[in-house]
Amino acid sequence: MADPATAPPAVAEATGIGKRFGATVALRDAGISVAPGESHALVGRNGAGKSTLVGILTGLQQPDTGTLRFSGEPAPSVGDTDAWRSRVACVYQRSTVIGDLSVAENLFLNRQSPGALRPIRWTALRRRASELLGEYGVDIDPAARARDLTVEQRQFVEIARALSFGARFIILDEPTARLDARGIARLFDKLRDLQRQGVAFLFISHHLQEVYDLCTTVTVYRDARHIVTAPVADLDHDALVEAMTGESAAAPAAGAAPATGRATAATGAPLLDVTGLTLRDAYADVSLEVRAGEVVGLAGATASGNVRLAETLAGLHRADTGRIAVAGREVRASGVPAALAAGVGLVPEDRHHQGLVGSRSVAENATLTVTDQLGPYGTVLPSRTREFAERMIKDLDIRTPGAGTPVSALSGGNQQKVVVARALATDPHVLVAVRPTNGVDVRSKEFLLGRIRKVADDGRAALVVSDELDDLRACDRIVAMFHGRVVAEFGRGWRDEDLVAAMEGVAARPAQERDTEQGEEQEG
Amino acid sequence: MSTTTDVTEPVPAAEAAAAGTPRRVPGGLARFRELSLVPAILVLGVIGFIVSPAFLTSDNLIGVAQQSTELSLLVLAQALILIAGRMDLSLESTIGVAPVIAVWLVLPAAGGRFTGLELLPVWTAIPVCLLVGAVIGAVNGFFILKLRLNGFIVTLGALTMLRGLQIAISEGRSIVELPASFTYLGHASWAGVPAAIWVCALLFAVGGCALAWLRHGRALYAIGGNPEAARTAGIRVDRITWVVLIVGGVLAAFAGVLYSGHYGSISADQGSGWIFQVFAATVIGGVSLNGGRGTLFGALTGVLTLQLVVNVMTLAGVPPLWNQFLNGAIIIVALIISRFASGEKQE
Ligand SMILES: Nc1ncnc2c1ncn2[C@@H]1O[C@H](COP(=O)(O)OP(=O)(O)OP(=O)(O)O)[C@@H](O)[C@H]1O
Ligand SMILES: [Mg+2]
Repeated sequence: MADPATAPPAVAEATGIGKRFGATVALRDAGISVAPGESHALVGRNGAGKSTLVGILTGLQQPDTGTLRFSGEPAPSVGDTDAWRSRVACVYQRSTVIGDLSVAENLFLNRQSPGALRPIRWTALRRRASELLGEYGVDIDPAARARDLTVEQRQFVEIARALSFGARFIILDEPTARLDARGIARLFDKLRDLQRQGVAFLFISHHLQEVYDLCTTVTVYRDARHIVTAPVADLDHDALVEAMTGESAAAPAAGAAPATGRATAATGAPLLDVTGLTLRDAYADVSLEVRAGEVVGLAGATASGNVRLAETLAGLHRADTGRIAVAGREVRASGVPAALAAGVGLVPEDRHHQGLVGSRSVAENATLTVTDQLGPYGTVLPSRTREFAERMIKDLDIRTPGAGTPVSALSGGNQQKVVVARALATDPHVLVAVRPTNGVDVRSKEFLLGRIRKVADDGRAALVVSDELDDLRACDRIVAMFHGRVVAEFGRGWRDEDLVAAMEGVAARPAQERDTEQGEEQEG
Repeated sequence: MSTTTDVTEPVPAAEAAAAGTPRRVPGGLARFRELSLVPAILVLGVIGFIVSPAFLTSDNLIGVAQQSTELSLLVLAQALILIAGRMDLSLESTIGVAPVIAVWLVLPAAGGRFTGLELLPVWTAIPVCLLVGAVIGAVNGFFILKLRLNGFIVTLGALTMLRGLQIAISEGRSIVELPASFTYLGHASWAGVPAAIWVCALLFAVGGCALAWLRHGRALYAIGGNPEAARTAGIRVDRITWVVLIVGGVLAAFAGVLYSGHYGSISADQGSGWIFQVFAATVIGGVSLNGGRGTLFGALTGVLTLQLVVNVMTLAGVPPLWNQFLNGAIIIVALIISRFASGEKQE
């Protein structure tokens, strides 16, 4: 990078930032400084204040104390959105896609035409949109309504929009949480490209490996405070986790599969039995068995159909053919109530769209599926709701000021824990968890996976639907899907490469593979 | 996922799988959603033709159009406000109170049956009327956006209050001595067609184009669809919503001008009870009560449908005592038709 003679001022510099929400202190005398062209990672546990800092750096929220400078100049005034836009672009943690508008319009919202009084040229706009999306290798019809997109496509719309402003400083708040491995690879290609052009990044992620892959400097926040800023090379994984948690990372190291020593696991009765299940355009002829005491991973990338299969089990779609049996009883009726009654609990893929009622309290959200247990004759007793919720909050280590706080006031990772809490609340025979640790910090991740293990240990069954190796490592057995079909099955002791290859549909087949006459190329 | 993929060798099948997604939806059909009531209008036309030979005459059709003008302006206003995710119930009182205040300020203090204040020259009647509408919209906006009061109740209160104000000023009577400038637009004809129709068509065209092709117009959809997201995109949500409420008030006041001119007087219950029709027409026309969805053309077809039904019923000689029952029933039927013709859920 061609530095001028004098060291250039930081593209963004925040000092002494304080911010409180009612009684909650979200940031306390925190700061950050991002040099031009630098890729700066910001890590910290759930609720550490990362997204709050993002809100302040992008002008959405005003800090109570502290100052903000962009390239040495003071930050623009609050209402001056154009000025903010030219200094910083952002992929927010919460979805900012508007479902009723087309993809093209979402991409160019509020800049569809060069001037406020100049008419929008729709054909040109759609063409620009497909060009822009083409850079990411995603083929989305720019005229499609955004609500019809998949979770991953929506995330790419957000990313493409933020990166297309031409800002020299871009913030990405957990951009990879909703992408699969291939999507992440595409995103990183694009980011490296921009890095070479001297664009500076502030990158937030709970996947520490991504921090090492992409960033040069890392800042750690803990409990609303700035803890350390250092070159990533100086902090290894354990040191980073220690800075985040404030305690030594030695005990439960990542990677080691939880040794549960249950060779007898697979001898339990089958709790979930799926035979020949087919849903057009999603998956075909899937058979699967999960026994009591077992945690089974259903691995697969976004287009593999594994998420849709999980949603079918939970009653959100109706399969075209095949049968589902839970605890030996066939589930005939479709629909969520039938699935709930049969004993299937779901952690949905997208917490904002399918998971939470943002304005309602943590307690209400966590107990939404079990209102029938909260009082006699269809009543819901507030005391029992609160008690129930408080147990969940303690159980899952949800960081919230109280059970009555609205969910929208929680940090992203803690909202995810509420969603998991709700699925657990029904005490399901079969817990179907789609990416259960989505957006959850390293420590809480171990914790949540431990909680899922406990479901199995209590004699029930869990199906973890994910493409995250960390999630899958916690499973006893893994069924890999590609392109709507089961392509491989792994027992314990699989190698990362084999599983990744299976999820990508690459032919390196492991010994345990069960279907021999698979032909992925045949379907349309 | 934390282990980055070493397997980067692209497999064609995998590429296709990632790209072509199962939930792809044809974008084409969605564009014709606003046409969903057009078949219903055609069917009504055929029924009208069968029922009475008088239906398909230009006099009758122009009459229907003229009668639609005032309602359609309220619908235009309400549609804009609904698309931006708000509601304004007070429009039906604005249509009455704005003309009354304007006329009160300009009419002579002595002589006529209704005594004004004579504060302003007579030619200002229309500008003052529109200004009153703007002020009403601005005050509603102040309560809703600055004080963050509930918009439904604020405008419900305004509805009652403004109706009361009109009755107090006009002493509960109709005002018949209106300035000529004030009544001109309501009863003039240009090229054989009432001026009100021209003006309405123009306003709808301008509004429709603004919603379709201007950034600030598109901003209404963004605000109604997801205000948080609109804000992060740099849209000035509150300012634009406020402007929309003001425009709504002005349109309602203008509807008052046309109505008064059309009938030559300002009646004490001008517009009273219309808000139900306004909402019905707007929703039948495909505008969502939750904001972010709908077009002005759709809303216009909603108004025309309702007016045509009334006209056909009159021509068919339906006893007037049944009118109210049929009106309500027809709104529900029309709602069902538009629900299934467009395939859109009316949440
Ligand atoms: N709008 C709000 N109202 C009240 N409290 C809030 C609000 N937004 C954030 N908080 C609180 O501020 C704290 C910091 O939240 P923040 O979203 O910044 O965390 P985070 O570091 O981004 O966490 P995560 O990794 O889970 O996304 C949390 O305790 C949260 O409950
Ligand atoms: Mg966050």
